[in-house]
Amino acid sequence: MTLSVSHVIFVVLSATALVGALGVVLSRNLFRAALFLVLSFVGVAGLYILLEVEILAMIQLLIYVGAIAILIIFVIMVSRQLMSPQYRAWNQQRPGGAVVAVVLFAVLAFVLLSVTWPTAEAAVPQDAIARLGRALVAPDQFVLPFEVASVLLLVALVGAVVIAREK
Amino acid sequence: MQVPLSWYLIVAAALFCIGLYGVLSRRNAIAILMGVELMLNAVNVNLLAFWRYGEVARGTLAGQVFAIIVITVAAAEAAVGLALVIAVYRARRTVDVEEVELMKL
Amino acid sequence: MDILNFWVELGRVVGEWMASWGLPPWAVNLIADFIGVLILVVFGVMAVIIFTPMERKVIARMQDRPGPNRVWPYGLLQALADAIKMLTKEDIIPSKADRALHMLAPILVVIPALLIYAVLPWGPRLIGQDLNVGVLYVVAIGAIHILAVVIAGWGSDNKYALLSAFRTVNQLLAYEVPMVLSILAVVLLARTMSTQGIVEAQSVPYLIVTPIAGLIYLVCAMAEANRSPVDLLEADSEMVAGYMVEYSGMKFAMFFIAEYVNMFAVAILVSTLFLGGWKFFGLEDVAPVLAPLIVFGKSVLVIFCMLWFRATFPRLRFDHLVGFSWKFLVPLSLINLLLVALVVKIPVADSRLAPWVQGGAMLLASLVVMAATALLLNRAARRLKDAPALKRIVAVER
Repeated sequence: MTLSVSHVIFVVLSATALVGALGVVLSRNLFRAALFLVLSFVGVAGLYILLEVEILAMIQLLIYVGAIAILIIFVIMVSRQLMSPQYRAWNQQRPGGAVVAVVLFAVLAFVLLSVTWPTAEAAVPQDAIARLGRALVAPDQFVLPFEVASVLLLVALVGAVVIAREK
Repeated sequence: MQVPLSWYLIVAAALFCIGLYGVLSRRNAIAILMGVELMLNAVNVNLLAFWRYGEVARGTLAGQVFAIIVITVAAAEAAVGLALVIAVYRARRTVDVEEVELMKL
Repeated sequence: MDILNFWVELGRVVGEWMASWGLPPWAVNLIADFIGVLILVVFGVMAVIIFTPMERKVIARMQDRPGPNRVWPYGLLQALADAIKMLTKEDIIPSKADRALHMLAPILVVIPALLIYAVLPWGPRLIGQDLNVGVLYVVAIGAIHILAVVIAGWGSDNKYALLSAFRTVNQLLAYEVPMVLSILAVVLLARTMSTQGIVEAQSVPYLIVTPIAGLIYLVCAMAEANRSPVDLLEADSEMVAGYMVEYSGMKFAMFFIAEYVNMFAVAILVSTLFLGGWKFFGLEDVAPVLAPLIVFGKSVLVIFCMLWFRATFPRLRFDHLVGFSWKFLVPLSLINLLLVALVVKIPVADSRLAPWVQGGAMLLASLVVMAATALLLNRAARRLKDAPALKRIVAVER
């Protein structure tokens, strides 16, 4: 297998995503964990660009980094747990959790590497965005999940406001 | 298309397992939520890799639409989850999940 | 060499000269990309050097005073003097602050401002990278800017910096929504998200077709760049310079540079989306070499408008600021979106006349909406004037 630019870029982007993920779960300082989470999101957005779905990369940056990560950072700052002296980061299941994660990864990697995946080479169409837009509202394609997702967002919006309100 | 599909799937599996470790072993509710977000990201990578390497030839867009719906659900769940964390913090002054055990027998 | 198409020809000649060195094609592409990135970054930083003295002179003249006039004739090298001053200041880091975060924030603030330059079109074939999701990329980059503000506030180990960072993020998030909605109106008209495509689709500048979207985008872009009259959180006389209070020397200069680079990028974006970009009554077909000049001229016009706003309007209080966005700009931009979506679907018999008929219909409808808005605001202001609470205050004063 000849080494090409895509391979190098893939390794760099996945390393970013994985280092970020490791930083999230291993770092004691919660704020730094949130920043590592942002790094992981950016790495995953890069992977999407490599997969030629740029619109999802932009949506990922906009929603995950621009909204979810900011929300997480706000809540970390509001609940100033990491300033308290008895701050303990890990619970008693830590070794068990590590074992489960490693075993699961080993099983998944074994399965993924031993199956020959039926891939089909094709180029992404030029008007992919227009097709995506049409697919989301076409009655014979994906309009139902789209509408249900909007209802879900409305419910989540109202629910979050009601739950977090000051009495 | 030069990067083999299995590489993407391995990266997604690794992200998923790291997120799983985060969920299982942290005490802070917000850190657990961060682990959940990592797992959802891994699922998205998986979906889009399969779309790119298989479905493009057939002309369907199910992979992309599914990924968008997953991102939407992740955003909604993060919002509600963090609202719950804030509500618990206001009532109990703690976000440590080990200390919120009123319903334990 | 076609002199009228100078910039594109220059790029082609340089590319051929590099290829003649015998490098593999991917190396030639890489070097060409690096040179392109360097040129764009230089453009961005040039914005600071040109617009810092321009801002101070223009605002000074509007306030009937001379402005800086020591450095060079007419004070035009003021930016250089500011740079030297900031470089020679001591770099102080608060002792209990997180060092890594304190040093990360200024870098993270400049990066999104410079990244916008990749999708700005400078001519018919002059663009950093013609992404087919160009405007969505610009909005996503704004999200990174929000993160940088939070890190700056947290890394300062200062309660007031943190509070100011919270409020700044509040403001930035509030003004992001009407910005996205007004960009969406433009995307509906142009049927493409790529900036080059939007410029090419503007046979009539979109400011005339949807003035509401143009004005809303201008206001929101100014708010995103933290400029007056919405700069309550970082002005020097309020909140002790906000989230930048603990930064001195070159790090503060980074925030400063980021603001001006952002302002220039936003001005070029406004001229791209709403004023027709590199188009100028057909001049760009005759002489494409003048296209960057046209873009620069339009963006200077927009920046002049921004400076005019700064010199004229008083600062908005914070709750007025976010209330203005959520309660006024969001419904207005939603109504505008509805309008554009409806009018775009009007069938026109003669396809050559279609842009003009649709544009005219949209302009008419926009004027009706603006008149209705003005009427409603007038009525609300009158009601406020007659409010009993206000009457009590006025009576006591008398």
